[in-house]
Amino acid sequence: MAQAPAAVTATKPVLSVRNLEAWYGESHILHGIDFDVNAGEVVTLLGRNGAGKTTTLKSIMGIIGKRTGSIGFGGKEIIRASSDRIARMGIAFCPEERGIFASLDVRENLMLPPVVKQSGGLTLDQIFDLFPNLKERLKSQGTKLSGGEQQMLAIARILRTGATFLMLDEPTEGLAPVIIQQIGHTIARLKKEGFTILLVEQNFRFAATVADRYYIVEHGKIIDGFANSELQANMDKLHTYLGV
Amino acid sequence: MQALYAQLLVGLINGSFYALLSLGLAVIFGMLNIINFAHGALYMMGAFCAYFLLSLTGLGYWWALIVAPIVVGIFGMILERTMLKWLTGLDHLYGLLLTFGIALIIQGVFQNYFGSSGLPYSIPDQLRGGMNLGFMFLPIYRGWVVIFSLVVCLATWFLIEKTRLGAYLRAATENPTLVRAFGINVPRMITLTYGLGVGLAALAGVLSAPINQVRPLMGADLIIVVFAVVVIGGMGSIMGSIITGFALGVIEGLTKYFYPEASNTVVFVFMVLVLLVKPTGLTGRAA
Repeated sequence: MAQAPAAVTATKPVLSVRNLEAWYGESHILHGIDFDVNAGEVVTLLGRNGAGKTTTLKSIMGIIGKRTGSIGFGGKEIIRASSDRIARMGIAFCPEERGIFASLDVRENLMLPPVVKQSGGLTLDQIFDLFPNLKERLKSQGTKLSGGEQQMLAIARILRTGATFLMLDEPTEGLAPVIIQQIGHTIARLKKEGFTILLVEQNFRFAATVADRYYIVEHGKIIDGFANSELQANMDKLHTYLGV
Repeated sequence: MQALYAQLLVGLINGSFYALLSLGLAVIFGMLNIINFAHGALYMMGAFCAYFLLSLTGLGYWWALIVAPIVVGIFGMILERTMLKWLTGLDHLYGLLLTFGIALIIQGVFQNYFGSSGLPYSIPDQLRGGMNLGFMFLPIYRGWVVIFSLVVCLATWFLIEKTRLGAYLRAATENPTLVRAFGINVPRMITLTYGLGVGLAALAGVLSAPINQVRPLMGADLIIVVFAVVVIGGMGSIMGSIITGFALGVIEGLTKYFYPEASNTVVFVFMVLVLLVKPTGLTGRAA
């Protein structure tokens, strides 16, 4: 069991994961994950490749077939729920591979996720304000966009739905520094708008610019956690954990 | 010349059935990844449904056009829910074997009760007679079949390529897991898609009843050619299956006029040529 990290607020967490285990076929990936996310926070899962960060997000989303333990979201237990039900409860997922559909144009990609909550979603104007590039490319085939534009589209489309809990899986992977900066601004802006964000990152320099708290994932467990204010004090440990 | 036009018309009519059936197959394949060998049997059920509606309840052709696709579509959805859905993730071969088995059972049941000969189904009064177009005599019912099929095909194309519902379908064809994680009930959408594809087959069956009579094996005879059409057009392509369906019907008709001996095989010759040159079909995406 990981040591309890300092919670930013005293409110009940919006997401609380307890003893989460998950399997891909026969291979046991998660061995009892425990962590909380409070409303309005940006929480980052850090860890090496294959540590189980993506699997944690997918388990919360209900995409991993075999999962046990407990995932509480907004006071409800969702460990048994199907992924479409989980989405309708207000969790939105932006996968690492971005998942832009080749047979849909940019507008169709953007409009694809159905609205799950009437309030809380951004309007199209607000989205184009955040991502002006998308507005000019609405008619393009989704996969004809550059990597950065695809990432923005992948984030943009889950902002419309009214889901206020966003899970972003390595949004900066393979992108140019200037685009990474733009995504950083976007996350900061979303936090200000009241979104709660669970981020998975390898790039902890990027994470440090947006996160309130960190959890370290290793071998399918949370082995440590600390707040952003404790980052400097934990630098040495962090380098050991991440092998950087 | 009269004979050429007549064969062209026959070709267009056959093309209408090819297009409606291969369109349904393409829709089903795209979403379920199943090569639906039961398609011919469900087409036959559509025609029988029209026959039963008339003989048991007195509801005529126009009612049959609406009711038969719904009834057979529901039957298809039950098949999907109870049997086909267990094949998710398995090799194509299993779907092919299961649906082939289903086709044999359905045809066997109908043959048991109705034999192999045709039951008559008459053309509705409004569509009797013909028109003299100057260069040829056009039986109205046949013109109706061609135009109505074309409209239904284009409406289906529009539904899938241009609407929001169609965007869900196309997206779910690419990545069902992610579409479901957006909050869309993908399993239900798969069931409805199978119902739609099967409904199109049943509609073709109703259209065909006044021309070809109602026979238990009417689908079995047709489906082999339809599969050749699907292979030529490319599995999973909507517009490709519509165009290929009509085009091959016409090519078959022309062959009947110019070289009748080859008319039954010309589609398969085409299929071999296409497979040699472009194995994914003329408009198909790579698997």
